[in-house]
Amino acid sequence: MAHDHDHGDGHPHALLPPEPALRVRAIETLLVEKGLVDPAAIDAVIDTFSNRIGPQNGARVVARAWSDPAYLERLRADATVAIAELGFSGMQGEHMVVVENSEAVHNLVVCTLCSCYPWPVLGVPPVWYKSSEYRARAVRDPRGVLADFGVTLPAETKIRIWDSTAEIRYLVIPRRPAGTDGLSEDELAALVSRDSMIGTGFAISPGGA
Amino acid sequence: MDGVHDLGGLEGFGPVPVEADEPVFHHDWEGRMFATRLLMGFWRKWNIDAGRHSLERLPPADYLSMTYYEKWAASVVALSLAAGLITRDELVAGHPAAGAAKATPPVDADGFLSFLPKGRPSARDVNALPAFAVGDWVRTARHGHSGHTRLPRYLRDCEGEIVLHHGAHVFPDVAVTLTGEAPQHLYAVRFAARDLWGEDAEAGHSVTADLWESYLAPAR
Repeated sequence: MAHDHDHGDGHPHALLPPEPALRVRAIETLLVEKGLVDPAAIDAVIDTFSNRIGPQNGARVVARAWSDPAYLERLRADATVAIAELGFSGMQGEHMVVVENSEAVHNLVVCTLCSCYPWPVLGVPPVWYKSSEYRARAVRDPRGVLADFGVTLPAETKIRIWDSTAEIRYLVIPRRPAGTDGLSEDELAALVSRDSMIGTGFAISPGGA
Repeated sequence: MDGVHDLGGLEGFGPVPVEADEPVFHHDWEGRMFATRLLMGFWRKWNIDAGRHSLERLPPADYLSMTYYEKWAASVVALSLAAGLITRDELVAGHPAAGAAKATPPVDADGFLSFLPKGRPSARDVNALPAFAVGDWVRTARHGHSGHTRLPRYLRDCEGEIVLHHGAHVFPDVAVTLTGEAPQHLYAVRFAARDLWGEDAEAGHSVTADLWESYLAPAR
């Protein structure tokens, strides 16, 4: 695979229409007509990742971890199994590890080489996660990156960056906001933002702080 | 390979393009391309490593200027051509060649939905004992190679501490060639940010990456 470059004629994508929507339609048309792709399966994939798999899943995991110390222990021992308890598993989350934020340590997840991201709990990654800007800078200037998100950490907090270079997928357990003692798991889950589970945000404080 | 995909630590890209209330897909065609490339993987003519490598081998200027799903489109075209699933003539014509055989039934919605919660785990049982244990200090390889590899450039020839042992996993540098899986022990290795970036980095910050055993040697 490493040496089959398309020398001479340029990359084959240059054979297709330059406008992305037309290019994708041309590819899809050919693949469907060749019997290689089932259009109903395309719809199923889009529906799944638009409606069923997303950060609302990870928020359930975090809310349970905040509420149930025994569940948190199971997450620490084998996150893949513990997350599957809640019905979330599989593609791009086959091997899960959770990392916990504290006053002393803040975790931040990146994939410098591509776009590795824990699909079963967070869905498909946002544009910024896949951007050159984030991938280049997160490992080198984490406070600067966090500032782009409006996030400021105390000067004494140490940042622990996780570069997802293998098939291990990392989920950040953000700090539980103050003033949430009496909240139900459902109410807690509503406070868990996508970015808080990547490390570029905090969980939302009730009352909108 | 020393490609532009290996972005860790590069400077000059500017602020992160954060978008409030970002949709899952910005255009219909993005979702359709996401789905199409994902479903084409079910033919098993390539694996995740070959898929990644096809993205890495996009012309550098294209890699940096294309949007994510434009890259996926270029990748699925290159992979399908290389695998013989489509031909160049068909790509230009936009339709199957006259008399071209129709593929056996592709994965359908049920097939996709039943695969999704299982995925494709990369952990493997191996007889080899791990060479390192949590707490060991290791040095990463000085040199990479021109194929697909998962040792980022910014972590070459650096010393770090093993903080997790993940067991053995399919080795991407070999799996990309579609000739075997060659599983190896995989470790999370933690590097002090100051060792990577010098005095500009804050003391106490760290970067942890998952690295295969053959990328590592005992620390000097």
